[in-house]
Amino acid sequence: MTVKAMTAKEVARKVIENQPLFILDVRNGDAFADWKIEGGNIQYLNTPYFDLLDGVEEVVSELPKDRDILVVCAKEGSSVMVAEMLDEEGVDAAYLEGGMKAWSEHLEPVKVGDLKNGGELYQFVRIGKGCLSYMAISDGEAAIIDATRMTDIFLDFAQEKGAKIKHVFDTHLHADHISGGRQIAEATGATYYLPPADAEEVVFDYAELVNGLEVAIGDAKIEIEALYSPGHTIGSTSFIVDDQYLMTGDILFIDSIGRPDLAGLAEDWVGDLRESLYSRYAELADELVVLPAHFMIMDELNEDGSVAKKLGDLFKENHGLNIEDEQEFRDMVTKNLPPQPNAYQDIRKTNMGKITPDEEVQREMEIGPNRCAVR
Amino acid sequence: MIQTDKLLDAKGLACPMPIVRTKKAMTELEPGQVIEVQATDKGSLADIKAWAKSSGNQYLGTFEEGDVLKHYLRKADQSEEKEEVQFPHTVTNAELKEQMGRDDVVVLDVREPAEYAFGHIEGAISIPLGELENRTAELDAEKEVIVICRTGNRSDFAAKQLADKGFGRVKNAVEGMSQWDGETEQNNA
Repeated sequence: MTVKAMTAKEVARKVIENQPLFILDVRNGDAFADWKIEGGNIQYLNTPYFDLLDGVEEVVSELPKDRDILVVCAKEGSSVMVAEMLDEEGVDAAYLEGGMKAWSEHLEPVKVGDLKNGGELYQFVRIGKGCLSYMAISDGEAAIIDATRMTDIFLDFAQEKGAKIKHVFDTHLHADHISGGRQIAEATGATYYLPPADAEEVVFDYAELVNGLEVAIGDAKIEIEALYSPGHTIGSTSFIVDDQYLMTGDILFIDSIGRPDLAGLAEDWVGDLRESLYSRYAELADELVVLPAHFMIMDELNEDGSVAKKLGDLFKENHGLNIEDEQEFRDMVTKNLPPQPNAYQDIRKTNMGKITPDEEVQREMEIGPNRCAVR
Repeated sequence: MIQTDKLLDAKGLACPMPIVRTKKAMTELEPGQVIEVQATDKGSLADIKAWAKSSGNQYLGTFEEGDVLKHYLRKADQSEEKEEVQFPHTVTNAELKEQMGRDDVVVLDVREPAEYAFGHIEGAISIPLGELENRTAELDAEKEVIVICRTGNRSDFAAKQLADKGFGRVKNAVEGMSQWDGETEQNNA
């Protein structure tokens, strides 16, 4: 007896294309409430696998006949068992290959646009976790920004495109996910850049990412220019790419703004955050396309699965950019903050090189939703 | 090492097997008995807790030893759910708090060792109900003995046993540890 597997990639396509799906999530109730596969056209039923050990009859009547059914668990094992039990009852259901772990690690590359002289810019959408990474390619050279720890995906992608990775940047020291930047730089001989103000405790060598730094990739000299924009962390730095794109890191998102409390005291950095958003960004061209390091809700995805919007539109539509009263702004970003990301202190230590957990532990540390924003 | 009625080795097994095996092993236990489940699957912690809750069994706690999680569960005992107790001398937890500091008072905890291990009143003597018959000599019959368990039920039996053995001043802490809001201490693994 075999039941069908559905890969994280197939589920990601369904989410992006807004296709109907019914998810029977068999993890325990707390895990489901904390974090699940999100999508505009997904229906859910959460019944823990351990309540189905004596039979699945009780859920069969609640399953729809007119849409695909996907059984989801943490790592796959329980979902295979439940899918097989459903199969015995005559219900056609697939299981999520690799479970929520695979969902958390899946990256969907989406082209966000062309750069001058044939260059290309790609966004890697980590759809289960809300992280966004970038690769700019020009004339056989590539630069990567905010890479996740699934480094093979970036290395393979660059190879497919025939590009040598020359520069690897992190806009800031991440607290919600483990960076793959250093590993990619080590594997390729690329330069790894970090903002020095975030890197005081790191235990490895890095190049300093400072305001005004310019690097060019390829003979076409696609320019990547650094713009110091503190507030989420004290070192947070944005990038302007090819005078077209503004990579905002965790300072500005499509429908929210960065939170200032993950690496220090919110009170200390709230002024920096306001200045970055309301002064530094306000001076930039409205036509720049904002490319953030995260998204929080599926509504932030465009139809093609990309997460991008013009800066001028964000100044009109993003609530966090439209709070005139400074005290009101202060209150919003320092009070009633969402819970901090799971294991964020250990994630920061890992990104500093202070601890080196094995892959399984790194996975566990990253489990759960992204929580980098204030809305 | 905590004394239990059964040990289940689920080390190296991935989800769902630790819970599948635990569920099966529980059917072989008598109500009120305690099992130790050893697992290496990190997810087993949240799932054992949630499963115990949904199945009505009692999750006692987990010790972590290296990569091994040792979970302790106690099989549900319906007879403990009945309300009335028979032993006439009882104290509330509030009264127990007032009296337990006195030199002539001892607190006797008659729950299973694993239950005791994960939270008991400081200084309480641990003798499980099943062993009390043979171990009354460990107690000082001259003192007042306040007996406690989880819900006041096992302590009711224990109080009667002690009275029959000639203990003059015995009281049942009827509210039990499940309603204890004072400080507790834990054993080491």
